[in-house]
Amino acid sequence: MSILDYTAVELAEKIKQKEVSAIDAVKAVLEQIEKTESIYNCYVTVDKEGALKKAEEVQKKIESGELTGPLAGVPVAIKDNMCTEGMLTTCSSKILNNFIPTFSSEAVLNLEKAGAVIIGKTNMDEFAMGSTTETSAYGATKNPWNPEHVPGGSSGGSAAAVAANECYYALGSDTGGSIRQPAGYCGVVGMKPTYSTVSRYGLIAYGSSLDQIGPLCKDVTDCATILEIISTYDSKDSTSVKRDDTDFTSSLINDVKGMKIGIPKDYFGEGLDSEVKEAVLKAADLLKENGAVVEEFDLSLVEYAIPAYYTIAAAEASSNLERFDGIKYGYRTEDFTDLHNMYKKTRSEGFGAEVKRRIMLGSFVLSSGYYDAYYLKALRVKALIKKAFDEAFAKYDVILGPVAPTTAPKLGESLSDPIKMYLGDIYTISVNLAGLPGISLPCGVDSKGLPIGLQLIGDCFKEKKLIQTAYTYEQIRGKFGREDR
Amino acid sequence: MSNVISDETIEYVGILAKLELGEQEKEQAKKDMASMLDYIDKLNELDTEGVEPMSHVFPVNNVFREDVVTNGDDRDNILKNAPEEKNRMFNVPKTFD
Amino acid sequence: MAKEYETVIGLEVHVELATKTKIFCGCSTAFGAEPNAHTCPVCTGMPGSLPVLNKQVVEYAMAVGLATNCDITQYNKFDRKNYFYPDNPQNYQISQLYLPICRNGKVEIETDSGKKFVGIHEIHMEEDAGKLIHDEWDDCSLVDYNRSGVPLIEIVSEPDMRSSDEVIAYLDKLRLIIQYLGASDCKLNEGSMRADVNLSVREVGAAEFGTRTEMKNLNSFKAIARAIENERERQIDLIEEGKQVVQETRRWDDNKGYSYAMRSKEDAQDYRYFPDPDLVPVVISDEWIEEVKGRQPELRDEKRARYKKEYGLPEYDADIITSAKRMADIFEETVALGANPKKVSNYLMVETMHILNEKDMEVEDISFSPENLAKLIKLVESNAINSSVAKEVFAKIFDEDINPEKYVEENGLKMDNDEDGLRKIIEEVVAENPQSVEDYRNGKEKAIGFLVGQTMKATKGKANPGIINKILKEIL
Repeated sequence: MSILDYTAVELAEKIKQKEVSAIDAVKAVLEQIEKTESIYNCYVTVDKEGALKKAEEVQKKIESGELTGPLAGVPVAIKDNMCTEGMLTTCSSKILNNFIPTFSSEAVLNLEKAGAVIIGKTNMDEFAMGSTTETSAYGATKNPWNPEHVPGGSSGGSAAAVAANECYYALGSDTGGSIRQPAGYCGVVGMKPTYSTVSRYGLIAYGSSLDQIGPLCKDVTDCATILEIISTYDSKDSTSVKRDDTDFTSSLINDVKGMKIGIPKDYFGEGLDSEVKEAVLKAADLLKENGAVVEEFDLSLVEYAIPAYYTIAAAEASSNLERFDGIKYGYRTEDFTDLHNMYKKTRSEGFGAEVKRRIMLGSFVLSSGYYDAYYLKALRVKALIKKAFDEAFAKYDVILGPVAPTTAPKLGESLSDPIKMYLGDIYTISVNLAGLPGISLPCGVDSKGLPIGLQLIGDCFKEKKLIQTAYTYEQIRGKFGREDR
Repeated sequence: MSNVISDETIEYVGILAKLELGEQEKEQAKKDMASMLDYIDKLNELDTEGVEPMSHVFPVNNVFREDVVTNGDDRDNILKNAPEEKNRMFNVPKTFD
Repeated sequence: MAKEYETVIGLEVHVELATKTKIFCGCSTAFGAEPNAHTCPVCTGMPGSLPVLNKQVVEYAMAVGLATNCDITQYNKFDRKNYFYPDNPQNYQISQLYLPICRNGKVEIETDSGKKFVGIHEIHMEEDAGKLIHDEWDDCSLVDYNRSGVPLIEIVSEPDMRSSDEVIAYLDKLRLIIQYLGASDCKLNEGSMRADVNLSVREVGAAEFGTRTEMKNLNSFKAIARAIENERERQIDLIEEGKQVVQETRRWDDNKGYSYAMRSKEDAQDYRYFPDPDLVPVVISDEWIEEVKGRQPELRDEKRARYKKEYGLPEYDADIITSAKRMADIFEETVALGANPKKVSNYLMVETMHILNEKDMEVEDISFSPENLAKLIKLVESNAINSSVAKEVFAKIFDEDINPEKYVEENGLKMDNDEDGLRKIIEEVVAENPQSVEDYRNGKEKAIGFLVGQTMKATKGKANPGIINKILKEIL
């Protein structure tokens, strides 16, 4: 067994037991990067020297007993939309091609306090806008299960880096499925916690009312452990909520007896790949066999989530991305005639096609005469969607369904038809609109040899039920990974 | 397709968003925006009469700071990423004000 | 017969609040810092930064709303106003459009044409922009974000004013209320109070308002009055010529005495307001409103009445002393130190106002301490110094806040009451000015004044004028 096969929690334990060191782990990861990065392109930045230096510091602190946490010494990759002090942070965009933040995001600081060693910054769809990691200005990331396929997105670099053993775990961000969907496509575990659980301070915003940071990792134990560390109240984020139930590892319990699981019929209709459907329903059967109460129900409004989401996310994005103007940081065009020409050229040259598409749409739906018809309408539909989930969670502990309608598509297949690409987010998007927690974990492999993702959705602040259900399923399912195909 | 986006609309949105599209991009943007709006029009199938627009998903209110100075002079950091700087200020094309 | 026109004016008044820190971050709001020394990731729009609301801003806004008879909005939100300009680091300004904190207020004003109410449509909270400095050398502009994020309230009046007199009375009323609340120093010349004038004209008796323009860059009461007259004439001329008034924003150039339209192709004036998702709603309970009400200080009208009653000040004095919060504060503190109220009032109304006018300063710029003024008044009352020395000492107090007792001592300015000594000096003066002596003796009473003056000069102004008069009359 290679050192790279350990989960994050296993590795930390081995380091604590002095069987391996944090330096060994970083070296192993860097070697793996050396070997496979040219194929997968998981990273925008790899900080080789920084990581080695940090590993030495952390190793000393572990030896001196200063660092005792469950992830001390474990190498981590950070999605490139989270600020890291002194380390290039691009959002995979040309417009931030030279941006070096002077502070780190709160989630990253929490990991560092726990002894994490940052390997580098992972590739993503530009400003997290996309579902394939093909809209990056720094080249597409490839799926480690089959490099002809996309890893999903927008946290595709993070998911692929975990799947390719180019890190032990990673942070991603999820605005409409951007953690869960790539986790599903890459056969790893990914979780978006309840909105407001992880501080957004230092996360470069896409859709502020929807964005949440969460882990991408090898199993549910790692997931609960990482989430426990990054879930802290932050007075710098007005939307951060004080919670006293973030001891998520206490829910790593192999038991689903009496757990009420609802399966929305609407998630299994037209457009769902038959192999995906079969694998997901099989997972539900396994949980049922182990004592869960599983039944079908009508969630309703599912097809309205995507148009509501794209209206809200595009509107917020059009405003959030106004600050990229060539004045305070980032790219500035070479030649310009005056101020407004500078703005226009900088932004037109700095942003890619998908980002421009969403900025244009967002500016339009907020513009005079359209605000009520589009933006407010979408916020009203959001309220209805939230209500539909409230009603469902009055009956069920957990909602179970697929992460995406298909397994990972081939590179180049998705971008040509934006609406079709947006439809791929149908099962993940409403979770963000309603602020709910959702976890994605592998539940099988299709005939093309690509992993299939299972999604569990919980009520607000009920991550523990999700973790317990996911952990139990994982125990029933048994080990899953590329090596076990 | 029911929505038709005119050249003027694309031009106008370009002014709002400070984006300058080439001819080809403009044609594509007209098509993309029209098809997105057709899709978004699906929301009109729902009766939302009397539904409050939900801008914040949780009823969290009144998050405040106290009025106490916590920041010192951080100019070096603030100006570190400036494309152009002069006299410790951000250099921008001439404005008329 | 020429048509008669009525001017219809509404005001948008921006007031910088007197908080120690900015509205959404812990940066200082103090004036005079080096460029960008009072900035952080939040007020410079760094990627990943987030705003957190300063509670004091809400309380000041409520206090102003309550003092102007507004309804307080109990469910508040902040909205983003989107427009690109370099002084606005995020390219959106956080403001309130849909749910402003105060609505439906009014204040009473008084002009020569009588008393009337001016309605307040709303008051909302927002952030100020940075400062742009034009660099002639490189023909570029430089941005200083020290003012970016300083809290503002914008007070939007109803179109209830009909003349520049009413506008100035309204502004003065607002200024006094806000100063008394301690919510701002309201200095027009420094920009902590700024007024944009919305103006239209219509024929007297017309039911509908005319098309209005908005005038910006008005930095003094004089500029406001001039701009109003100018814009009124401009609009009437257009109408008389059969042309249309265009709804637009205009910029007043006070040096040239005219305004020009600020339109540009790149300025669509479509701000795409929407609720800021980074900030949570502000919910104001009845208890909170009562709490702020309970803390409201005595406002101008109450203070003026009390000064008349408690200190026996004449109406005129009470009016002037309370015309600025700073003045009233100095008055009360000086009186509290035991000084005679009328004497204090005289120093403030006469000497202080004189120096302020001479130096073109505002009342808010006064920096001397009440202790020193009280000491000076005691020196005069105890005949330790004469009035001309007192004037000189007061000028010193005004400029450098010197301790008058020490100053008088050190500079030997004590009143000279030594009759023998004075007699000698007067005898010399009389000997040197026979013509004046002659004139006096011939019945020219005024000639004695010249002799007193000469004596004063000889004693460097320290002599007791009463004693001089007495001795002079004896000798003559």
